[in-house]
Amino acid sequence: MLSIKNLHASVEDKEILRGINLEIKAGEVHAIMGPNGAGKSTLSSIIAGNETYEVSEGEILLEGEDLSELAPEERAHKGVFLSFQYPVEIPGVSVTNFIKTAINEKRKANGQAEMPANEMLKMIREKSELLEMDRKFLSRSLNEGFSGGEKKRNEIFQMAMLEPKIAILDETDSGLDIDALRIVANGVNKLKNENNAVLVITHYQRLLDYIIPDFVHVLMDGKIVKTGGADLALELEEKGYDWIKQEQEA
Amino acid sequence: MSKYTEDDLKVELENKEYEYGFYTDIESDTFPAGLNEDIVRAISKKKNEPEWMTEWRLEAFRAWEEMTEPHWANVHYEKPDFQAISYYSAPKKKDKYESLDEVDPELLETFKKLGISIDEQKKLSGVAVDIVMDSVSVATTFKKTLAEKGIIFCSISEAIQEHPELVKKHLGTVVPQRDNFYAALNSAVFSDGSFCYIPKGVRCPMELSTYFRINQGGTGQFERTLVIADEGSYVSYLEGCTAPSRDENQLHAAVVELIALDNAEIKYSTVQNWYPGNKEGKGGVFNFVTKRGLCEKSAKISWTQVETGSAVTWKYPSCILKGDNSIGEFYSIAVTNNYQQADTGTKMIHLGKNTKSTIISKGISAGKSQNSYRGLVQISARADNARNFSQCDSLLMGNNCGAHTFPYIESKNTSAKIEHEATTSKIGEDQVFYCNQRGIPTEKAIALIVNGFSREVLNKLPMEFAVEAQKLLEISLEGSVG
Repeated sequence: MLSIKNLHASVEDKEILRGINLEIKAGEVHAIMGPNGAGKSTLSSIIAGNETYEVSEGEILLEGEDLSELAPEERAHKGVFLSFQYPVEIPGVSVTNFIKTAINEKRKANGQAEMPANEMLKMIREKSELLEMDRKFLSRSLNEGFSGGEKKRNEIFQMAMLEPKIAILDETDSGLDIDALRIVANGVNKLKNENNAVLVITHYQRLLDYIIPDFVHVLMDGKIVKTGGADLALELEEKGYDWIKQEQEA
Repeated sequence: MSKYTEDDLKVELENKEYEYGFYTDIESDTFPAGLNEDIVRAISKKKNEPEWMTEWRLEAFRAWEEMTEPHWANVHYEKPDFQAISYYSAPKKKDKYESLDEVDPELLETFKKLGISIDEQKKLSGVAVDIVMDSVSVATTFKKTLAEKGIIFCSISEAIQEHPELVKKHLGTVVPQRDNFYAALNSAVFSDGSFCYIPKGVRCPMELSTYFRINQGGTGQFERTLVIADEGSYVSYLEGCTAPSRDENQLHAAVVELIALDNAEIKYSTVQNWYPGNKEGKGGVFNFVTKRGLCEKSAKISWTQVETGSAVTWKYPSCILKGDNSIGEFYSIAVTNNYQQADTGTKMIHLGKNTKSTIISKGISAGKSQNSYRGLVQISARADNARNFSQCDSLLMGNNCGAHTFPYIESKNTSAKIEHEATTSKIGEDQVFYCNQRGIPTEKAIALIVNGFSREVLNKLPMEFAVEAQKLLEISLEGSVG
């Protein structure tokens, strides 16, 4: 589904990613963990096409197609979705209006007609129920005055509506209380199937209690230094990151 | 030396016309450039006006002569030479095309984006419309419906002839001839405009826009509008058009007077999309407008404006809240792009008791433009319990534009409650990236953000127009993000 080969990237001449290799197959859940400043969020931004970062080497392929020349919206049309760590506010634009615009832009890019209104409404109803969202929520301005939990839930709601091939969840657990965490994780699990894949980026292990990863990667200083199964996350939770650092230096 | 043919002469005249931005029909008599009492008299005579009207114009002219152009607005432009302008030219003869294929494709593209019907496109771009019989019959139906209710809706010239008592009684009562430089000029030389009278207790059954759009393709240079809503009546009036007006008259100085008698309500909406000049700031219309409404007891006037055109805009639709319990509202969206300059806002003059006013102003600046809000809230000593709420929001796009807010508050009554809120924000790269990530391209993202920002005002427009205005905002800001 998504393969990243020898990815190097920098911002303002500072190299942040130093040769990332990652292979995610359809139906898999991968987690990337690592200490602050390891380059986790940089990686997710680069996959989504954020032009703040300069990719100096390597490639990102989605189902074999190189994404590097594509604009962020083109990547989105092909099925890349990023759940932001800090979703932005857009005053005056309702959640419904925003998602409707997004869906129809994607359909337009893929040569499809606009989604009929009744179909859209039905889908909005289904997905908002899945995430246990209040209907009033849908007419509020996007992220304006939302609590941390509401923002993240809204991100997953959009993911549910857009049905991406690869969903990257960047620190989706931050700012969530335990109930919201359960709802969000539950939503992600229900949306997962053998035709899509999920990449969870997180600092803490707790989200991985709910979204069980097939692989856990440790990102440190711009490189993946260790890969393991779900139990690696538990080990990290218990022992922190220092032992890996020592293992590296040894 | 080459032969100088009649064709050459024609070409020369045409070019000259373009230079001054006036249409001059070689066949008809056009007044020489410049303004003096004789010209004013001649205009009045040309229009077959009664003596009182001629005198009224002359009074205005004499006042104008003593006045100087105002300089206090936050706009910079080369002052027009008022003696270089011809103040009367034969009614504009529009270019006739045989089919839409002959019309400027760029203009058609804009029409398409605005969702204007083919028939209307033809009408607006001056294609021979003999095939479009529909609109003619529609207009006739409207006229009939209005007449049945006793509503008078006609040109101001016609009103001067047919309803002199109404015009004489009200003209200049809200915007006096000597009100300001441009109003005085307009009073002296106004070419035409609209007149509307709604009788007591009548609710005008339609937006007067629909009628207007079908009947008036072009706009005059010195328009004069007078709307009178008699006791307990209601009218919603829409002027302008979202379709781009490639008007070549550089100077526009219109005057609009609204009179809402006891318990009457006037809703006046404007969409202004005159030529803003090119991307380098060359050309474009100077739009110096005086608009004011008078509210008697428990009357209400709402101004809603979407200003996207003109190179320079100087415009302050205002309300005089004379009667007790009267209400004034001003909802505005002003968009400036490239080198456009807008200095716009409102004046709410509270004279009566328990008067209320609301001001919502949304300024959007892009390119190298300057956008200023200027407003005055004045509470007189007698205006007990007056209330005002003002909100001025500015949205900036890029680093080369400016947004300015000049709110003035003068209160002479301690029972007044005045609230003012102001915000300035910038469209952030993070907002655009967020939209991009969801599959929304940058231009569309900007449109979405701008429409969200303007929503409170867009909601005040008549429904069908709100949709067009929304598209207009998108078009006005096209290419404003790199």
